[in-house]
Formats: sequence, structure tokens, C-alpha cells
Amino acid sequence: MSFSVTEPSARTKWFAGLLVVGYAIVTLIPLLWIIATGFKSPADSIAYPPVVVFEPTLEGYVNLFTDRTRATEGMLEEAGPPTTWYEEIVRERGTVITGPSRYGERFLNSVIIGFGSTALCMLLGTMAAYAFSRFRVPLKDDLLFFILSTRMMPPIAVAIPIFLMFRSLGLNDTHLGMILLYTAVNLSLSVWLLKGFIDEIPIEYEEAALIDGYTRFQAFYKVVLPQAATGIASTAIFCLIFAWNEYAFAVLLTSGNAQTAPPFIPTIIGVAGKDWPAVAAGATIFLVPVMVFTILLRKHLLRGITFGAVRK
Amino acid sequence: MAEVVLHNVSKRFGSDTALDGVSMTVPDGAFVVLLGPTGAGKTTTLRLVSGLEVPDAGKVSIGGRDMAGLTPAQRDVAMVFQQYSLYPHLSVRENLEFPLKSPILRMPQPEIDRKVGEVAEILQISHKLDNKATALSGGEMQRVSIGRALVRNPSVYLMDEPLSSLDAKLRSDLRIELKNIQSHSGATLLYVTHDQIEAMTMATHVGVLDNGRLVQFGTPREIYENPVSIYAASRLGQPRINVLPADAFSGAPDQAAFIGLRPEQILQGNGQECFVERVEHLGDQTRLHLKYRTHDVITVTDAHTELTHGDIIKIQPANPFYFDAAGARIA
Repeated sequence: MSFSVTEPSARTKWFAGLLVVGYAIVTLIPLLWIIATGFKSPADSIAYPPVVVFEPTLEGYVNLFTDRTRATEGMLEEAGPPTTWYEEIVRERGTVITGPSRYGERFLNSVIIGFGSTALCMLLGTMAAYAFSRFRVPLKDDLLFFILSTRMMPPIAVAIPIFLMFRSLGLNDTHLGMILLYTAVNLSLSVWLLKGFIDEIPIEYEEAALIDGYTRFQAFYKVVLPQAATGIASTAIFCLIFAWNEYAFAVLLTSGNAQTAPPFIPTIIGVAGKDWPAVAAGATIFLVPVMVFTILLRKHLLRGITFGAVRK
Repeated sequence: MAEVVLHNVSKRFGSDTALDGVSMTVPDGAFVVLLGPTGAGKTTTLRLVSGLEVPDAGKVSIGGRDMAGLTPAQRDVAMVFQQYSLYPHLSVRENLEFPLKSPILRMPQPEIDRKVGEVAEILQISHKLDNKATALSGGEMQRVSIGRALVRNPSVYLMDEPLSSLDAKLRSDLRIELKNIQSHSGATLLYVTHDQIEAMTMATHVGVLDNGRLVQFGTPREIYENPVSIYAASRLGQPRINVLPADAFSGAPDQAAFIGLRPEQILQGNGQECFVERVEHLGDQTRLHLKYRTHDVITVTDAHTELTHGDIIKIQPANPFYFDAAGARIA
């Protein structure tokens, strides 16, 4: 493949830079707003016009991780003076901590279900994509289209049947159920994306490995997988982001045991008035894993986007 | 080391017949070159021996063992591919070690180091051992992939145009090196090429393939001096054999339709007059492009010839080949 590139003029570059910075600001403002709100007091969080400069407080984070109740004189006397910094914050509002909130376990549920389904999806997706890419599969095109078609309807359209199915199978409100569900939804995307990546890997590498004394599976593991790492990483990010953010199925199918963070965060609002800082704190912490995961894999992601543009 | 036998082997890809009833015995320790244009079935033959393809009919055996149902790994063959054969995620050293570390060989590390060093020396890539495989030039990559076959001691080496991407100097060095390695180790080697110099200099046997059929199998001299058809005769010799209608010169046998003249079968000085169209001085020889009646004839002459465009010289055939209308040799 050959192409020519003309160096853009300084003015074009400057203009393009301005455009990108402008776009970055527009997309980052909501994010910054949420992060800032997490450190505001409840009064600041609903002030109009919005306050940009404020005195930061950890009250939102304390409220996020604790259950509290309005304190009576007797309770305060019984508890004695506050011993920790977070008790102090709570006392200022005239409340006492009654125990930890459920945010921690909801967050852990999100981690288990999000990363679990992503891992399972990558395992199955890579093997299926490899088979579709390399072997003569009967009805290959029809099967591939069928796999893609599972992505064509909005997932929520099958919510009721899935709910009924999960109930009969005892999968309602279980981690396993949610992992299977998110894997099923993501698998079509991952098979198609990964097949594209594996198609790009010349088959000669595996043939060389077969002749060098390796079995088909060893060749897959030692030669194909390392070269598909870019594709696997970028596909994994897509899968994780979907499973991590998914709300509708989570509301419908989980409640006490396997509930993930997205359906839990809105319920924080109702505990004691409109606690926006606690909601914002929950949202901020919820952003962290996907951000870390994406940053860790960003090198692969960038290469994944430009994949196929390299010399043939 | 082992003898390779193909017995009535056929292979089709969809509606294309790649190989059609090929039988061939590659003797133990032979250096067999397969010749033929693209699509003749050379690469398919290698792939069938290696086990990367399974024949539709016929039998492949190596060292007397039937290879049916055996994987490439179980066949103990080494193969050099035309391209794309280095593992891009590994360094040069890891590439060379790869076959030695296979579950089948499991060679101890000191022996691996010794082997890799030895082969790197032969192929002049010692200084590149710790480079990434992708950071090499095309020629270096090809040398490493030859090296990956040489580190092992397989029963058969299969090479698919291994020298085609190298420059002329390296190609002639490696030609000699490969021939040395083969004759010292006594390895059986099956080699595909377009390059007839490689065929003439390295081969103990040449197999000529035409559209999936093996049309002739013999020593390079046999093929050159005693070709079975116009097709086989055209595979070897530079400049190529001249093929003219049999009646261009007198003395043709009855059934002959064509006369084949290699440059050394054209005597200059006596006989029919022809016109010198072009003179190419190649240094060690000079090529003459002649016009004989309406036919073009290319031959060679003395390196220091005084002939130029427009001269007239006389030529006559000496022990020419005669072929029938279908191209088969009759005399």
C-alpha cells in the first residue's frame, strides 16, 4: 500500500488544534462537573448560579460509604465525642453513623460482573473468531450473520423473556446470571471485531509453527494470540464499557445480592434529602476502573484503531 | 534423513486441479528442485509433503512411513516459506530457538545456544540476534527464516523460493552455502524455484511440473540435454531454446512439427543466411538476436565478436531436438 501525505500548513494545524481542544473542553465539562460536585457541600451543589470556586469537603464521600441517622440527644451522649475525621463531618450535620452503606459491595459486584463477563467474552470470542477466520465452518456466512443479528435488536426487547428464563433457572440476582447475560450481549461484537483482527494475521505464521513442531492449539496460543493482543485489548475495552455501564438489565434482574453500581447510585438520592454530592462521589469512583483499564491499554487501543493501515 | 515418495498424488482446490496424479521418488540425500511457472503445483507439492495440505488421492511417505493422518509436527520436516515466515513478536534469537523449544524436541538450553550461534554464523546474522524480527531488512528476514529450518535436523527440508527476495550477491553466496550444508549433512531437500541457475547449480535432481503433472524427473543435465517436450526444454537454458517450425531447416524426420535449437545446437559459419538484428554484450558472452526468414533466433557467440546490426551470418543446426505437433520430443 502506498499513499502520499502533504504536511499541513501551520495555520491549518493551529486551527485543527483549536478544534480538538474545543471539543475536549466540551466533552470534559460534564466530567469535571461531576468530580467537582463530589467535593461540594449539599448547599453548594444546588446553588444557582453554580459555584465554581468552593470550599472542598469530603462529606459527599463520607455519606456515600455510610448509613446515617438523625441523632437524638441521648444517642450523642451515648456515642461520646467523635473519634475519627468522618464522624466529625457527620456530627456537624447532626447525624450519627449507623453502619457502612452498601456502595462498597455494589461496586464490588460491578467489578466481578464487568470484568468477569469481559474475560469470558474474550475467551469465547477469540476462539470463535479464530475458528471462523481459519477453518472451513459449514454455513459460515449464515452463522456469522446470525451472530451479528443478535446485536440488531435493542437488548431490552428481550428483557421479559430473559427475566422469566432467569427466574426458572434460578439465575435471577446472581453474579453468574449477569456475567452470562453480558457475555451473550457482547459476544457478537467481540466475535466480529476479533475475526477482523485475526483475518489480518497471515496464516503462514501458524503454518510455520505447525511445521516447527507445535500443535494447532500451541500455535494459536504462542503465535496468534500475541499478535492479536492489540485486537483483544481494544475489544476488551468495548466489552467492559458496555458491561460496566449497563443499567436496564441490572435494574430488572438484580436487587439484593448481585446488584451492580449503576442501579444503586440513583437510590443514594433518597436516603436523606437530595444528596447530590454523595451521588457525584459514587459516579466519580465508578468512573475510575474503566479509566484505569483504558489508560493501561491505550497503546493497544491506538494501534487497534490504525490496524490494517500497516504495510502488507 | 529420508527418502520421500509421492505415489499418484492429486489435489484440487475447488474446481482448480493443483496436482494431478504426481508420482515421484526423492532419493535419500537428494537435492530436488521443482521447476515450473506459477500455478504448476510446485508449492502445493511442498505443502502436501509438509502436511499443511492433505492429498485428495494418493500417498505421501517419508522414510518409508506413510504420512496419512500425521500432523506437520509429527512428520519431522522443516520448511522455509517464500514470505511472512518470521514471528513478528519475537526477536531474531527467539525465532531461531522456536523450533528447538517445541514440545517435540525440547532441546536443553546450552545445546540451543550452540546451534543458534552456529547457524547465525553461517547466515551472517550473528550481530542481529537480539533485534526484533520486524527490524530487519527483507534479505535478513529471509536468512533468519532459512536459519529457522537449518537449526533443526529434520528428515526433509522443504524450501519455497527461499532466495527470491535476496540481492544477487547474497543469493550466490547462499546458493553455495545451502549446497554445502546439504551435501555435508546428507539432508534430503525439496526446493522450489523459478531461477534456473539455482536449479542447475544446486540440484541433484530436477522435477518439471506442468499444470499439476510431473512431466520429467531427472538430473539437471538429463533435463537439459534430453528434454521430453518443448515445455521441459524451455525450463532450462539461457537464452531459452529456440523453437521453429520443423521445415525451417532440411533434414527433419517425418512426424516432426517443431525443431528445437539451444544456442550450442546452432553452428555458425555455414548453412542458411540470417540477419543480425541486435548484439548484446553481456561480458562473458555475447547474445545474438538473429532474423532467420521470418523467425527470431537467439544464440550466443564469442564475447569479443565484431558483429553488429545489419551483418549477415550463416547458421546450421547441429544435433537439434525434434518435437511433434503436441510438443512431445520425437528425436
